[in-house]
Amino acid sequence: MSEPFRFHTRLNLVELLGRRAATVRELLDGIREVPGASIYHHTHRFLQQHHYLSPEPPNDFAFWVSGRLGLDDVGERLASVDTVRYRRINDLRARYVEILEEVLAARRNSWPVCQEGEEFHFMSCRTFIIPLPAVARDAGEFLDILGRISVNSLYYHVFESRLRLERGENDFAVWFESRGDRELAAALSRLDPYTITLEGLRREIIRLVRRYV
Amino acid sequence: MSRIDDYAPVAGASEVEELKLLAARVVGKTILNVNSTAVGGGVAEILTRIIPLLKDLGVDARWSVIKGNERFFAITKNMHNALHGMDVPISGDDLAFFVDVNRRNAAEMDLASDILFIHDPQPIALVEQKEELGRKWIWRCHIDFTDPRPEVWDFLKGYIERYDGAVFSAPAFSRPLSVRQVLISPSIDPLSDKNRELSEEEINRVCARHGIDRGRPIVTQISRFDYLKDPVGVVKVYRMVKEHMDCQLVLAGGGAMDDPEGLRVLDEVRREAESDPDIFVLFLPPASDVEINALQRASSVVLQKSLKEGFGLTVAEALWKEKPVIASAVGGIPLQIAHKYSGILTRSVEGTAFWIKQLLQEPGYARRLGVNGREHIRANYLITRHLRDYLLLFLSLYFEKDVIRL
Repeated sequence: MSEPFRFHTRLNLVELLGRRAATVRELLDGIREVPGASIYHHTHRFLQQHHYLSPEPPNDFAFWVSGRLGLDDVGERLASVDTVRYRRINDLRARYVEILEEVLAARRNSWPVCQEGEEFHFMSCRTFIIPLPAVARDAGEFLDILGRISVNSLYYHVFESRLRLERGENDFAVWFESRGDRELAAALSRLDPYTITLEGLRREIIRLVRRYV
Repeated sequence: MSRIDDYAPVAGASEVEELKLLAARVVGKTILNVNSTAVGGGVAEILTRIIPLLKDLGVDARWSVIKGNERFFAITKNMHNALHGMDVPISGDDLAFFVDVNRRNAAEMDLASDILFIHDPQPIALVEQKEELGRKWIWRCHIDFTDPRPEVWDFLKGYIERYDGAVFSAPAFSRPLSVRQVLISPSIDPLSDKNRELSEEEINRVCARHGIDRGRPIVTQISRFDYLKDPVGVVKVYRMVKEHMDCQLVLAGGGAMDDPEGLRVLDEVRREAESDPDIFVLFLPPASDVEINALQRASSVVLQKSLKEGFGLTVAEALWKEKPVIASAVGGIPLQIAHKYSGILTRSVEGTAFWIKQLLQEPGYARRLGVNGREHIRANYLITRHLRDYLLLFLSLYFEKDVIRL
C-alpha cells in the first residue's frame, strides 16, 4: 500500500541580482556566473507568469536576444533548448553556455548592443514550499483535488520538484509508480510540460489518469 | 472596505486560500510600516489598501508617519528629483539636516516591532536605530529611477546597505548592493472604483456626458498632461490613423492646477485638437476614478505612448478591462506586456499608428490580446499578488536558503 499523496504549493519571491547585460558576451558571462536559482528563474518565469498562453513565449534569454538584440537566429537556438531533457540546473546552464560560445565563435563581425534601458536584468527567486490540507488516497481523490488546486501547486509538483529540487521525475509519476500504476506513471513521465500551458497540462494529466486507472 | 474573501471571485479562490496559509506563518510578528505621509500619493494609497487586508488575514500590521518641516520636505523633493537624474542642489548641510530630522523622529516614535518596513527615502535614516533595537529592517523603494545622480545614490546606499533587504518595483531600478534585493511590482485593486465592473449604462452615461460616440472606434490614452506622456505625439498618431479609417481620440487625465508645465502641455494639446470634433481632451478633477474606468471600458484600443515611465499602472488597468493596449517599451511597461502576446510594444509615432490600424481592422486578434492581457494581470498584478509578495518578504527575513519549506 503506497503512502497517500500530500499536495503542496510553492510561492516564489523574485530577487534582483543588480547585474545586467547589454550584449551577447555579457549575457554569456552572466549565465556562467549567476546562481542556479537565477538560471531556473529565467528559464521558467514565463511558464509561471503566462500560464494561460499558447504558444508560450520562450525563456527569458531567447526572448531578450531576439527582441532586444534582434538576433532571431540566436534567439531561436536558445528557445529550442529542450528543457525537459535536463535533470540538473547546472546541465541546463551548460547547454546555454555552449550555444552562446558557439555563436560567439562562429561570427566575427560586430555584435549588437541593446538600446539603453533595454538591458537584460539577471534575477533569481526564493521558493517557499507549503503543504496543503489536500491529501489523495486513491486516483479518484487525486482527480478531484487536481481539478481544483492552484496552478502554483500544479507547477510545484511538475516543474519545481523535478528540476529545481533535482528529483529527476515529476511527483505525480513517482506516486503512481509507487502504487503500481506503471503505465500511467510512464505516460506522466513522458509528458513535455514545457510545450503546453499549465491549464492544458492539468487537463492532460486528468485525461491520462482517467485513461489508465 | 474590502475583505480578503471578496477577492476570491476575481483573483481565484485558491489564490486567497494560499494567502491565508502564508499569513498563518506570519501571525505573531508585528510589522511597522513607516512613510512620510498619511494621505495623498501612491505610497499612502497602497498602504491604505494593503494594511486592512493584512489585518483581515490576521497579521499585526501597523503604520506610522514621520514628521518633517518645510525644509525637510524640500530636501526630500530634491532627493526624489536627483534619483530621476535631475541636477538639483543638495548641500552637505541639507544632508545633515535630513539625518537630524530622522533622528528626532526616531527618538519620538515607538519603533518596537518585529519587522520595520521603511518606505522611500524620507525615513531611510531611521535604520540607524537598528544597532540598538535589532529586529528586521526592510527598505521599500517606490520611486522609479533608472539614472540617479551618483552623489545622492551614494548617500542613500550608505543607509540601504544597513537594512536586511531592499525592495524595488522594476528590475531596472536594481543596483549592485551588498544586501538582498527583492522585486515587488505595484498592483491594481480590482475592487476599487477605477477597476471594478461597470454597467453599460454607467459607461454610456460617461461617454454621453462628453459627446463620445460609442458606435464608432475610440482610441484612448489616460495620463497626466505631461510631456513625458507625449500627448502631442498621440494626436499625431491619431491623425495618421484617421487618414485611413474613422475613429475618435480621447486624451483624459488629471494634473495639478499649480503645475505650470502641466498646464502648458494641456494648452498645447487643446490647440492641436481644437479643429477636430473627434478629439476629446478631458482634464479630469481628482476622484474621477469611475469616469476613468468608464472611458477605458468604452475604448476600442488603449494607448500609453510615454517617453519615460515609472511602472505605468494605467497599462495594467486597461489590460484588466480586456482592452488591446499599445504602449511604449519604457519603464515597467514591458513587464506588463509581452509583445504580440498580451499587447503591443512600440517605439515611434509611425509604429503606434500602424498597430492601431491593425487592431481596429483585426478585432479578433485585438480581442485575444485583451483576453491574454487580463489573465496576465490576474496572475501577476492584482493586489492579492502584492499581498503575497509582502508576506513572502516578511517570512524570507527569517531564512537563509533559496528553497524554504514552511
